[in-house]
Amino acid sequence: MKDIVVQIENLSKSYRLGAIGTGTFYGDVKRWWAKRLGQPDPYAKVGVMDHQNRSGETIWALRNIDLSIRRGEVMGIIGRNGAGKSTLLKILSKVTAPTTGNVKIKGHIASLLEVGTGFHPELTGRENIYLNGAIMGMRRSEVSRKFDEIVSFSEVEKFIDTPVKRYSSGMYVRLAFAVAAHLEPDILVVDEVLAVGDISFQKKCLGKMSDISKEGRTVLYVSHQMATILSLTQSCILMQQGQIVKMGDTSEVVSEYMNGVSEKKGYFGKRDLSSYPRSRNLPRNIDFVEIRLEDDAGDTKGVFVEKENIKVVVKMLVRKPSRYFSIGMDVSTFEGVRVFSIIKPKVEVELREGVYEVSAQFAPSYLRPGKYSINISVQSSILQDEVNDAVVFEVKHAAESVDDQFWMSDNRGVTRFDYEWNELRLSDQ
Amino acid sequence: METEVTNQENWTLVIRPQRAWWDLRLGELWRYRDLVWLFVWRDFVAYYKQTILGPLWYLIQPILTTLVFTVIFGNIAKLSTDGLPPFLFYLAGNTVWTYFSTCLTSTSNTFVSNSSMFGKVYFPRLSVPISIVISNIISFGIRFGLFILFLTYFIAQGSEVRPNAWAFLLPVLLLIMAGIGLGLGIIISSLTTKYRDLQQLVGFGVQLLMYGAPVIYPLSSVESKWRWIFLANPMTPVIELFRYGFMGVSSLSPMYIFYSIAWMFVVLLIGVLVFNHVESTFMDTV
Repeated sequence: MKDIVVQIENLSKSYRLGAIGTGTFYGDVKRWWAKRLGQPDPYAKVGVMDHQNRSGETIWALRNIDLSIRRGEVMGIIGRNGAGKSTLLKILSKVTAPTTGNVKIKGHIASLLEVGTGFHPELTGRENIYLNGAIMGMRRSEVSRKFDEIVSFSEVEKFIDTPVKRYSSGMYVRLAFAVAAHLEPDILVVDEVLAVGDISFQKKCLGKMSDISKEGRTVLYVSHQMATILSLTQSCILMQQGQIVKMGDTSEVVSEYMNGVSEKKGYFGKRDLSSYPRSRNLPRNIDFVEIRLEDDAGDTKGVFVEKENIKVVVKMLVRKPSRYFSIGMDVSTFEGVRVFSIIKPKVEVELREGVYEVSAQFAPSYLRPGKYSINISVQSSILQDEVNDAVVFEVKHAAESVDDQFWMSDNRGVTRFDYEWNELRLSDQ
Repeated sequence: METEVTNQENWTLVIRPQRAWWDLRLGELWRYRDLVWLFVWRDFVAYYKQTILGPLWYLIQPILTTLVFTVIFGNIAKLSTDGLPPFLFYLAGNTVWTYFSTCLTSTSNTFVSNSSMFGKVYFPRLSVPISIVISNIISFGIRFGLFILFLTYFIAQGSEVRPNAWAFLLPVLLLIMAGIGLGLGIIISSLTTKYRDLQQLVGFGVQLLMYGAPVIYPLSSVESKWRWIFLANPMTPVIELFRYGFMGVSSLSPMYIFYSIAWMFVVLLIGVLVFNHVESTFMDTV
């Protein structure tokens, strides 16, 4: 049995709601004075009722996490947004301290929460390799030793003495990942950073990560891409509301997660989005309130068959008048593969405060039987709100469909479409 | 299972909720010394790549400020300059003061301006303000070269200016300014993680501090009932000693420098302690 290199004991992290201060001394004094006079908090956000009531309440981003990871293990961490995955990685990376509990680590730990941290646009590729390497804890001599290897991995040899501000985003990411890939830590913590770059480079990165694990290094990997989790990791933990709800063999945990995403949560077909966690801080002046799926008859439901149309109805609350409006959504499989996206392009409108509804329709006949989730986002002049996995639906094909059995198989691609075979005939030649 | 766990108590790192106040991890900072130098070098290279005139800016700014000071305080207000040529007097004050004030203001927003980097990767946070203080020495060097140039010119012209051995204390003076600037800067930077408006106070405070230091007038011209304000300012001995060393005129005993040194140690100690304390959780509040 290999020894334990990361031991997490009773780890918790809490954030206090409403107690984070207004950001300025003047603001804090003003709030305190209003409280003394019994007036409402001048800094409470209008419409964010739940936030107001929960002021001073503690939110546990992580609660009593116990976990041990053995040498050479590649462990995946999955869970919905807000489940605590990122918080766990931040604590392991020493970016923030836990509230209680501790983490014991054996060996050198390096984390990759973002590629290219500290890259300076004015500096050349060569200069940034040294800088980025040092930020991640490498000595100068260490970088020099691995320099050629890093450059050849990044495939930017020709531009190594060009300032990185002139790089394409792909080159930038390749260079950044190349530095990180040559850190050679005993334990590597990786957040979903591989979602960038082109496919061939993504494959290269994944290859590098599996090499790292074959060298006996330990890897902790967070991703929403079930496909990469399945191919890269042997064991996996599933997090939910700051706790580990399942731990074990990757395929088991992933299937539990995928089932959990749909049935257990009970948001098949309709969902209240007002208190649903967002993946990042957004202005939310246009705020999603509800999403539901309707069939042609106007009934809300989550299971559709081939011939039906799916109507996605999105309800949003406009808190501040806006002059521009644009909305987009994309449909992904549970494995995280995006099937298609639709957008309503930006138009100039006079959007006043109030609740609005917008809907779009598409036919599920192009979707393979299976479960899908929808991400939605809305913009004024900037991104206002975004919800991942806002709603989930299932596509079933009509029983009489001739090729149903064919499409049921997992490896038939992500979409299906109507096609016609011409008659089989004897070729003249 | 239990026995396995108990066998391995030789952990390299244990992450705990709060570090002790006195756990400064200076050894870790030393291990990251390459990073400090790379930050210094980055600031230097990036600065020159972005400007057309490059180092000329470092010369234009002090010359213009000194000219303005000479006209307003020397010619119009007719303030005393201890018998020194006004231009040289103001240039000396400006050269020293600029180093201190840039150290203070540019370290005072360490947390806020680096939060995107600090949020993604761990390295000893102190390496950032330390590198700022070091890279400011480069611009000080350029200004100082300008000062020496004018000093030689004025001596050649036969002015009553007498540099002496005290001038060799310049490295000590620099160290004191760096220490106090860094110490105050990181204290402010730690507080600004919670209160952003302190940032506004810094620019204003530095200005006030300048009028409370003998930058535009010599200590000898200060009325005796206000003298204590100037004597309380740790920058007073530094500026006076600089003028004394390079131009041979001062009304303050060089021994006052120990007062500034004491200040430096106290401010640095408090600064590092506070900074260290804020460092571990500032990402949650910033």
